[in-house]
Amino acid sequence: MRFIDEYRDPVAAREIARQLGVAATRQWTLMEVCGGQTHAIVRFGIDELLPPSIRLLHGPGCPVCVTPLELIDRALAIAAQTGVIFASFGDMLRVPGSTGDLLGARAAGADVRIVLSPLDAVAIARANPQTHVVFFGVGFETTAPATALALAQADQEGLENFSMLVSHVLVPPALETILASPDNQVQGFLAAGHVCTVMGTSEYEPIARKHRVPIVVTGFEPLDILQGVLMAVTQLEEGRAEVENQYARAVRPDGNTHARRLIEEVFEVVPRKWRGIGTIPASGFGLRGRFRRFDAEERFGVSAIETKEPEECISGLVLQGIKRPNECPAFGTRCTPERPLGATMVSSEGACAAYHRYRRPIAAEAR
Amino acid sequence: MSDGLPACPIPISDSPRVLMAHGGGGRFMRTLIRDLFAAAFDNPLLAAAHDGAVFPSPSARLAYTTDASVVRPLFFPGGDIGRLAVFGTVNDLAMCGARPIHLSASFILEEGLEMETLWRVVHSMADAAREAGVSIVTGDTKVVERGNADGVYISTSGIGAIEHDLAIEPASVRPGDAILLSGDVGRHGIAILAARADLMLETAIESDCAPLHRAVAALVESGVDVRCLRDLTRGGLASAVLEVAETAGLDATIDERAIPVIEPVRSACELLGFDALHVANEGRFAAWVSSADADRALEVLRAQPGCVDAVRIGTVGDTGRGTVVLRSAIGTSRILDMLSGEQLPRIC
Repeated sequence: MRFIDEYRDPVAAREIARQLGVAATRQWTLMEVCGGQTHAIVRFGIDELLPPSIRLLHGPGCPVCVTPLELIDRALAIAAQTGVIFASFGDMLRVPGSTGDLLGARAAGADVRIVLSPLDAVAIARANPQTHVVFFGVGFETTAPATALALAQADQEGLENFSMLVSHVLVPPALETILASPDNQVQGFLAAGHVCTVMGTSEYEPIARKHRVPIVVTGFEPLDILQGVLMAVTQLEEGRAEVENQYARAVRPDGNTHARRLIEEVFEVVPRKWRGIGTIPASGFGLRGRFRRFDAEERFGVSAIETKEPEECISGLVLQGIKRPNECPAFGTRCTPERPLGATMVSSEGACAAYHRYRRPIAAEAR
Repeated sequence: MSDGLPACPIPISDSPRVLMAHGGGGRFMRTLIRDLFAAAFDNPLLAAAHDGAVFPSPSARLAYTTDASVVRPLFFPGGDIGRLAVFGTVNDLAMCGARPIHLSASFILEEGLEMETLWRVVHSMADAAREAGVSIVTGDTKVVERGNADGVYISTSGIGAIEHDLAIEPASVRPGDAILLSGDVGRHGIAILAARADLMLETAIESDCAPLHRAVAALVESGVDVRCLRDLTRGGLASAVLEVAETAGLDATIDERAIPVIEPVRSACELLGFDALHVANEGRFAAWVSSADADRALEVLRAQPGCVDAVRIGTVGDTGRGTVVLRSAIGTSRILDMLSGEQLPRIC
């Protein structure tokens, strides 16, 4: 398949791994930011190809994983109301709140629908004027333009029966939080390629300078990731700390200017609570100005719902790269994809789910 | 399929739609059974109009299985619920190493279903049964209130004759056995997804829906030492290989690069974040055969219609963990896991 097979070529993969073996003269710890990259690393066994001196930590870039538990509970409270169609991306439906998940709510009679685009939710609202349609707008900067477009469309059409539960989060503040932690082990980042497709690369420059860390904007195929690791390690070995773009075939320095304009029109930067991490200032998008009338939390009066995380779940530490999934005592025993304690075990992009799916016996041995 | 479909034997002027009365045991039901089901499935055992079919046992060992079909949409590229219902049971019998002989069919109809739609389904089942060389010899019909079913659900059961001495089951699998795959995977699941309008997935992928018993018979007749067979349905190749490994208490190593997946299925999987090894099939099977017979088995399979791409994908191991290790596209390994929950398109 074009644009896929070239980036999965085993001969080229081994060649980059060989170059890495030559380049790395000491121990380096890198973090891949995006859950899509974590999934690819574990699925293709990319870390097996790395020299033992290079360690990859898995980052916070799984939107389902960082969505706070109370937001799931608020979603459940809204979905349970009569006269509501609750629309969401498929991944969110299996994330457990404190009393169940959205699939369970559907089984109990709620009208919960999977959509592939926020625009589909607007179409549902248009087709069902007597019903109120709520879309669960989650994700990093990658999905924010589509959410913004849906809101702009609803605004333009004057749809009164559409609102949104917004939980968009931003990558740069999360990187700052990780770097500021006294337990931080990360010496370089593979930044999330698709986030940068939208936002560009400039917002990473101050982070690289301030914390003296190389940041390599990286794609998602095995060769992308291996090349991203090689670029980051080369910088570390040479004592550089710059923003470099491995994923140049998709990422322009300015990102997608049209999408960014749309985001700015609809959203403003707000503090957000991250599951397992806590509130990070200026780390998410909230509705701006006239778009606040689409705020589902306000409309349904659910913003008072607060929930505590299960104490046993260490997903916050996993999301910050401080612990690996297999270092959790509940991993694979009291916490499985069928009965997850935390969201990192639910989403296919969550590090715990990826470990469970692709390397359970290996992980169990490491424990 | 609609091509060459004879006119519905129940005239639209009589009953354009299924009514509660069609399951009520009276005249409406008799007309439905006589003019629609019995006319389409026409065979002497059914014509006896008895409470069940009575026939002599065709062999000392029999296989008996059942299957339920609830697919939406009822008609999709490459098949329909009727073909699935017949081939599903035919294939389960084939995987027991049996020659499928007789099927039963139970219909749960939703009040309001168009009679023409039911006729198309029933006619397609009759065609599928002829194609597979089986007879539908007994059945049942129930009608439920509108909204309590999705058009039509069909449950079929089947009996097959076992005419050889092999014990084809997971317990017969031995370390070193070769694992063969009868063709490319993932077509059915993607065809169904694409047929659901809300996905707007534009592909020309057709379901692989097909009977498998002739390919199995060819393997057995050629003298290949067949240890186990499994058709790949929901859960895909991954579930089939894992279930057999778990039941047999043996490991397996699978070479991901050897598994054929056609380009449009690969593209759709990449787009939706699916693993093709988890996607459903309706006309593919995996065969565990003794390693010495692997090449001959492939030769026999490749001569069978629908199996030209048959390939060896792996080997049974004996580390005692019951796990399946997949050699990935870039030459590393990972464990193969079953799909957890429903297959849902991912976020980004």
